[in-house]
Amino acid sequence: MNTVTLTVKKQPELYLECENVNPDAFAGKKADDIAKLGAYQGKEMSTVGDYFTITGEAGATAADTKIIVNGDCTKMKYLGAKMTAGEMIVNSACDMYTGSWMKGGKLTINGDVHSFCGLALAGGEFTINGNAGNYLGAAYRGDWRGMSGGVLRVKGNAGSDVASFMTGGEMIIGGDVDIHLGTHMEGGKIILKGNANRRVGGQLVKGEIYVFGKINVMMPGYKPVGEVDLEVDGTKATFVEYIGDLGERHPKRKGEVVYGKLFMKK
Amino acid sequence: MPKEVTDVICPFCGTLCDDLIVTVSDDNKTILGVKNACAIGAEKFNHQRQPGRVKRPRMRQADGSYKEITYDEAIDWTANMLVKSRKTLMYGWASTSCQAMSIGHEIAEKVGGIVDNCATVCHGSSLIAIEDVGVPSCTLGEIKNRADRVVFWGCNPAHAHPRHMSRYSIFPRGFFTVKGHKGRKIYCVDCRYTDTAKCADEFIQVQQGFDYELLNAFRTAARGEALPDTVGGVPKEKIYEIVEDLKTARFGIIFFGMGLTHTMGRNHNIDIAINLTRDMNDHTKFAIMAMRGHWNVTGSGQVLGWQYGFPYAVDLSRRDQARHQTGETTSVDLLNRSEVEACFYIATDPGAHFPVDAMISSSRKPTVTIDPHINCTTEISDIHIPVALVGVEVGGCAYRMDNVPIETRKVVDPPEGVLTDEELLTRINHRVDELMAKGGQ
Repeated sequence: MNTVTLTVKKQPELYLECENVNPDAFAGKKADDIAKLGAYQGKEMSTVGDYFTITGEAGATAADTKIIVNGDCTKMKYLGAKMTAGEMIVNSACDMYTGSWMKGGKLTINGDVHSFCGLALAGGEFTINGNAGNYLGAAYRGDWRGMSGGVLRVKGNAGSDVASFMTGGEMIIGGDVDIHLGTHMEGGKIILKGNANRRVGGQLVKGEIYVFGKINVMMPGYKPVGEVDLEVDGTKATFVEYIGDLGERHPKRKGEVVYGKLFMKK
Repeated sequence: MPKEVTDVICPFCGTLCDDLIVTVSDDNKTILGVKNACAIGAEKFNHQRQPGRVKRPRMRQADGSYKEITYDEAIDWTANMLVKSRKTLMYGWASTSCQAMSIGHEIAEKVGGIVDNCATVCHGSSLIAIEDVGVPSCTLGEIKNRADRVVFWGCNPAHAHPRHMSRYSIFPRGFFTVKGHKGRKIYCVDCRYTDTAKCADEFIQVQQGFDYELLNAFRTAARGEALPDTVGGVPKEKIYEIVEDLKTARFGIIFFGMGLTHTMGRNHNIDIAINLTRDMNDHTKFAIMAMRGHWNVTGSGQVLGWQYGFPYAVDLSRRDQARHQTGETTSVDLLNRSEVEACFYIATDPGAHFPVDAMISSSRKPTVTIDPHINCTTEISDIHIPVALVGVEVGGCAYRMDNVPIETRKVVDPPEGVLTDEELLTRINHRVDELMAKGGQ
């Protein structure tokens, strides 16, 4: 696997749209060619080379390419977005759309990310070693398909509207979340190690949410059905099982209604 | 001899009353009186004759005072600003005509601007919910003629849409609602006992910030499932009772306002209200409608919608594609994050409505404001360009809150030499063309 190292050399005045900073765009290119890839700032088209110093060269395919980004990326959008293979490590906080529409590969952010990261994540491993903003792993505006596959792991806290319209995959949040976790969820699994503010699993159709901490206010559409012993992300514990959201439509399978499930650690 | 102009459209709120009678002086220059309008609507017409109106563009000087300049100078300055800026916020549009909007959008496409309207701090959250789950809606005429259950949730038309209740929702006698008020059951859900609540048959006081939970409880009750003893301060017996009553409606309607769109959860409150409406349609006919504020904010959503597919916060900075993301391309976020280089405000007053931090950010950028009046925004702008009052001094198309287009009427002439929005934007558009032909970006 070949490694390309980018180092931020200039800060954008507005925000830089780095759609071309991912293993797929870099594949088969030498440092000079990578420098020529476009990067937008408003209507002005500049190049990746205008803002980054590039060393090394990419592998023949995305899967053979590893990208390391150093320097302050707090004003960079779309880092690692739409990547399908390979590896990318960003040693900084990042702005919006980081790792959105990712289909494969491994993306690690050693810092915080802003809102709309991991939108409609379909595959791969996305790890955030910091906090995340709102709409993590949610759907793009108006879409009814949020995160559908892959693993999204956040070490710290996440904001509101996390995993809206989630249809599959696994999300693990180490810290707390604000309101609206897993709203409109239709599948997949959320593991929340910390506390949730309110409105967990509102309008949830299918899927599983595990909460290790507390929920400030429980949704009225959830009903406790018993206790279960489970091993969740390496932790063995007893959980209270709820079914819901009873106010929402639910599919039937073999004549049985399939409810969404919420597990609260005792 | 003064003359009366009848069937005048009121350019104040989203109700767009179409039965105003305006008395105009025989020289066609002054409005002498307004009949049928509410106090706010009448004031909109009376503004026209107020002394001290700005009739020529003004430019701010280094010492903070304003100097009168010509329209040509103002247009040139504006066009240069738009061409030079890499990302321009073009906000407002809610109090102008759809025709003017389409010219503005043409400019935005050329200069790579971001077009946003007042929905961004108003019913934008409703629009996001509609993007997410759709909307079963109807016209105000259907409500007048058919509705026998009316729910006002987090809105107060008694103050915000003063004639709404008498024209459409509570009092009028319609084709199938011949008993008027007596034939309708009115619910008001709010955290305060408002003047609209006084007109309601039943007032449900919800604890502030618990609308989502209460709507969820309504949906759960509609499916016959168990509920906790109280939800948002409302006892479960009451919830079951109301839901059963709503199911027996011949035609039900939910009106909602800022109480849902701007409390905790925002778009989710609307989203679940829409889904409750959908659930109710399993039992009877039910619709839901946003109480849109500015008289033509719906029109801006319509024009943007058919041109770019998104109703507000449309980012055209790529010029070959439209993008939309509330939280990113919305005015307040753009200003707070200082993500734009220039501001172009038309037909609205962000200075009076945006958060202070956003306006501080705006005041540090080149700013042009197009507005008939002096307002909070004109005072922090580099250029203020006065225009004719749309709906009073010039006609144009507007959309009512139920998405019905209505052509507004001109009742008096604008002050001499004052341009209309359409004329001004056309000239800015031409100047932008000239500058870009010379090699602007």
